[in-house]
Amino acid sequence: MPVEHAFPDSAAKHAQGGFETEKMSLSMGPSHPSTHGVLRLQMELDGEIVTKADPVIGYLHRGDEKIAENMTYNQFVPYTDRLDYLAPLANNMAYAIAVEKLAKLEVPARCQAIRVITAEMARISAHLLGLGAFGIDVGAWTVFLYSFTEREKLYKLFEELTGARFTTSYSRIGGVARDVPPGWTDRVGAFCDQFLPLLEEILDLLTRNKIFVDRTAGVGVISRADAIAYGLTGPNLRASGVPLDLRKDKPYSGYEQYEFDIPVGANGDGYDRYLVRGEEMRQSVRIIKQAIAKFPEGKWYAEDARRIFAPRKDKVLTSMEELIQNFMIVTEGPQMPAGEVYFEAENPKGALGFYVVSKGGGVPWRLKIRAPSFCNLSILPRVCVGAMVSDVVSILGSLDFVMGECDR
Amino acid sequence: MPAAADAVAAVKARWPGVTDRPSLDHPAVNVPPADLLAVLGSLQSAHGFDMLTDVCGVDWSAEANPRFTVVYHLFSTTTHDYLRIAAACADATLPEMPSATALWPAADWHEREAYDMYGIRFTGHPDLRRILMWDGYPYFPLRKDFPLAGMETELPDAEVAAETKVGTIAAPMAGGPFVASAGEINLTDAEPRAKDESWTEKRPKPGT
Repeated sequence: MPVEHAFPDSAAKHAQGGFETEKMSLSMGPSHPSTHGVLRLQMELDGEIVTKADPVIGYLHRGDEKIAENMTYNQFVPYTDRLDYLAPLANNMAYAIAVEKLAKLEVPARCQAIRVITAEMARISAHLLGLGAFGIDVGAWTVFLYSFTEREKLYKLFEELTGARFTTSYSRIGGVARDVPPGWTDRVGAFCDQFLPLLEEILDLLTRNKIFVDRTAGVGVISRADAIAYGLTGPNLRASGVPLDLRKDKPYSGYEQYEFDIPVGANGDGYDRYLVRGEEMRQSVRIIKQAIAKFPEGKWYAEDARRIFAPRKDKVLTSMEELIQNFMIVTEGPQMPAGEVYFEAENPKGALGFYVVSKGGGVPWRLKIRAPSFCNLSILPRVCVGAMVSDVVSILGSLDFVMGECDR
Repeated sequence: MPAAADAVAAVKARWPGVTDRPSLDHPAVNVPPADLLAVLGSLQSAHGFDMLTDVCGVDWSAEANPRFTVVYHLFSTTTHDYLRIAAACADATLPEMPSATALWPAADWHEREAYDMYGIRFTGHPDLRRILMWDGYPYFPLRKDFPLAGMETELPDAEVAAETKVGTIAAPMAGGPFVASAGEINLTDAEPRAKDESWTEKRPKPGT
């Protein structure tokens, strides 16, 4: 952490035992191992204690909302990968459902089940990285190696399904890009079976680890009232004792059919946030297993999506109907009704919301992305004050944010 | 959604300026800026809408009147209802809106973003400065009259710019935006293609 400069003007000067003390300004980031991307914290320190913290964000601002206003709805799907790039499948789904609400499309049960399975796999993958990185932040290297091994297995399954490991672009408005390959659900089930005992092993490395508990318990405590007032969502909100999970409270994509529990923390500290994420992975496995057990047959896209969803290339080349459909979509763009919708999905980091304003035609007039990491980081000036500098690292790790989503 | 409908009815009865807003999903109301804080405060304290999930600006085009609207999305952690509140800024050149930071600290960053992107001034905001763009950036990039390619600006740090001899330039439009124009009779114009092809990486921008 480079010390920028100490400025005497703003410092509370007072003589203590003959020494003059002054506050120090410390700039942490934007490239710092514990800022998980490009977050900069401009802090004011009194010795080791943080007296003021001002997060500086925007280093990864790409203007996604401006870009969205200049392309058709399906063209924006790849941009959603790059919001929370640790869980692109969940972002794809959230965006698709928001636009489907606008287009009044109902997707078939098979498509819903595919989306639930992929979103929960994305949640496991995101939480694994979150825990691994959190472990490194507080000095536990081993967890990262274990969790990345498991994450790699998930990425193999993503690659088989979507053709890409990282930026999946799998959802389409009114469906998903392609059906699951033969035997894929069995392989996902096999992953779940071998993952559960390994997850216990990974969590055992931290849960009763004295160093980890000392570094996280009682650090970065967020009260229930603060969590709600600052608009925190996801595991960070639940760790503060608010049992709010949109999968249960505002079910979408058929989440109401599955049995799962919502883990809730008691103290709202970093340790609780860790415990909540750990338990969420177990619950995600439960959901995936149920979805696979009753995996429905049928179409993986909505028939009504024909005016939005480009047909398969082989059909375009051989069938008149599909050729006309493809031509209309390419030349005129999809035709959407005018109106406003707002949809939030429970993503690994919290509630990812899309506010779509349409004036009709194929292009959104306004697409606001409500990023959970943006809201979760807005509480930093409050939780960091009074903490030690080394605790700030632990707090950042426990909040588990992604700058791609925060800056958009 | 009874709780949200009740809240809407109660708010409309108490503030006659509040009107229904067309919406495809959640209940939505238009609120005059003068009543905004009172309405939001009443929804928060009396109707259980304890969470402010989102605040964003909308630009209805450079010619529209009113041009800017601020849209608030409220959520209740008890009844799990959403509610959309929209307030139109009276002035298009100097849009202003009362700040909701006293009600929800969550409004702080959202309002800074709306200011950053649209130039909407939130009166009463404790620290209204840019959040995603850098301090001193001269434009409001999400306004409809701001081009997708961007505008050339000075780099924020003059020393860095002098040392590296770089500046920001507008993005070449060779790659897009590939937007089809619906309802176009002339199919050549209707084709999805980059609308501004006057300059690319290879052909210099006119006038430079």
